[in-house]
Amino acid sequence: MSNQTVLKIQDMHVHYGNIHALKGISIDVKAGQIVTLIGANGAGKTTTLQAITNLVRKSGGKVFFNDYDITHTSTHQIVNSGIALVPEGRRIFPNLTVYENLMMGAYARKDTESIRKDLDWVLTLFPRLKERLKQLGGTLSGGEQQMLAVARGLMTRPKLLMLDEPSLGLAPLLVREVFQIIQKIREEGVTILLVEQNALAALKIADYGYVLETGKIVMQDTGQNLLSSDNVRKAYLGVAIA
Amino acid sequence: MEKTLPNNLKFFLTIVLIFLIGILLFLANNKASEYVILILNLMAINIIFSVSLTLINGITGIFSLGHAGFIAIGAYVSTLLTLSVSQKEMTFLIKPLIYPLNQIQLPFLPATLIAGLVAAGFGYIVAAPSLRLIGDYLAIATLGLGETIRIIANNAWSITNGALGLKAIPPYTNIYWSWGWAFVTVLVISSLVKSSYGRALKAIREDPIAAKAMGINVFSHQVVSFVLGSLFAGVGGALWAHLITTIDPKSFAFSKTFEILIMAVLGGLGSISGAIIGASIYTVGLEFLRVLESPFKIGFISFPGIPGMRMVVLSVLLIVLMLFWQRGIMGRKELSWDSVYALVAKRLKKRGGNDE
Repeated sequence: MSNQTVLKIQDMHVHYGNIHALKGISIDVKAGQIVTLIGANGAGKTTTLQAITNLVRKSGGKVFFNDYDITHTSTHQIVNSGIALVPEGRRIFPNLTVYENLMMGAYARKDTESIRKDLDWVLTLFPRLKERLKQLGGTLSGGEQQMLAVARGLMTRPKLLMLDEPSLGLAPLLVREVFQIIQKIREEGVTILLVEQNALAALKIADYGYVLETGKIVMQDTGQNLLSSDNVRKAYLGVAIA
Repeated sequence: MEKTLPNNLKFFLTIVLIFLIGILLFLANNKASEYVILILNLMAINIIFSVSLTLINGITGIFSLGHAGFIAIGAYVSTLLTLSVSQKEMTFLIKPLIYPLNQIQLPFLPATLIAGLVAAGFGYIVAAPSLRLIGDYLAIATLGLGETIRIIANNAWSITNGALGLKAIPPYTNIYWSWGWAFVTVLVISSLVKSSYGRALKAIREDPIAAKAMGINVFSHQVVSFVLGSLFAGVGGALWAHLITTIDPKSFAFSKTFEILIMAVLGGLGSISGAIIGASIYTVGLEFLRVLESPFKIGFISFPGIPGMRMVVLSVLLIVLMLFWQRGIMGRKELSWDSVYALVAKRLKKRGGNDE
């Protein structure tokens, strides 16, 4: 795999009124990697993803995607250029069927043949969705909705998949399943930026990790090194250090 | 799995249905009383209004309360185009009508089309700033917009003849015009809603942020929906003006928007077939309730007719309906041949079960 940088964030700032939510963060995501961004509630993880896709306004900094400057590109153009965002809290369309939800992901695409292929692919990744294609999205269980959200994101055929808290509110068994699927998606050549509160699970599968604390990156290293770092263990993994 | 019918059978059934409705309307036009014809015309125009509002409110989720404004634009524009030059001179007593409007007279069809296009153009101009707002703020902005149009109509004497309104409008609207336009409206809007573009509109209604994350240009989709809804509101306004033959700014007060909203909600906000059913029930129901306004007897008790009583009864009926049928008659479902077939099949099965 090449070591080309897919997503480059330079000194990004976000203000919510007087609150300085992101205080100049810089992140590099390399092709084919799983990069994770961990941190406590309110650290700015979701804001980071929303600022990348311009769902919230940046007050400073630059974002490059495959060397193109996407700092001021509008959300739909960013998505169509190959970045998929699976938003926090799933945000599936409850009154559309599972099939319609999936096809919304492929909305901007015109190539019917490859859309069908991708549909087959996501349905083999998530066999449970296959049985429920005609059901309304809102009638799925929490875990199934999360799978639908990821599958819908994949239907945009992204080069970079950004996942916002995919484990939120899921039973431990399902969490494991979701993380296994994330690895499978990476094997298909999709680069992944994973935002998680579940630091242990995220760092286990990540090639590289960033630790975010109140709007600043306080630590960055490979997933393995972060897992064994005392600071991370104490703060995020709940391990008492004697 | 639910059973579905083959597509060409559905198409055939639809053609037959349209043909039957056409024959009924033809018969009504020739045999029925003027009163019944008036109600049929009103019904078609109300269908145009409620279906176009459903596209904006129910499908795209833009809570607009400005529909009466676009109806007013359509009504005024078309009337100014169809009134004869001499009639215009007679009507505009206080201030003469401005050039070139005082010199033109057009046939009904181009006047209706222009009315729709002007309403759509106006919709486009106001959509851009108001769609930056969301939720309640958007509702208030569009409410203000509708009222602004009415107040302008009330004061722009040299264009609208102010509070005196326009009279002696040629009664061009007949069953063929009104139902023809209603057919076009339903055809255009329902095929839009069925397309993937329509699915995107529904996705925006469900969750605008998630829709953006799907690569949908939310803003431009909302504008298209708003403009198309305004276009048909303008066309409906033109038909309405040429049906009742006299318009003034009071006809387009907020209560007009509210009336249309009632039809759309009654049928089920978000369903085209619901909007049609709601408009039909509302139009006919209001006429049936007229009984209440003249003296009548139930058994031995006689009631004096109270003017306005039908609105009281209607309101109570609507409250009861909303209590027990919160999503309206159709909810967000559409009436289709498949659902009719499923219903019939269920009934037959039940009867079969009883025989055993």
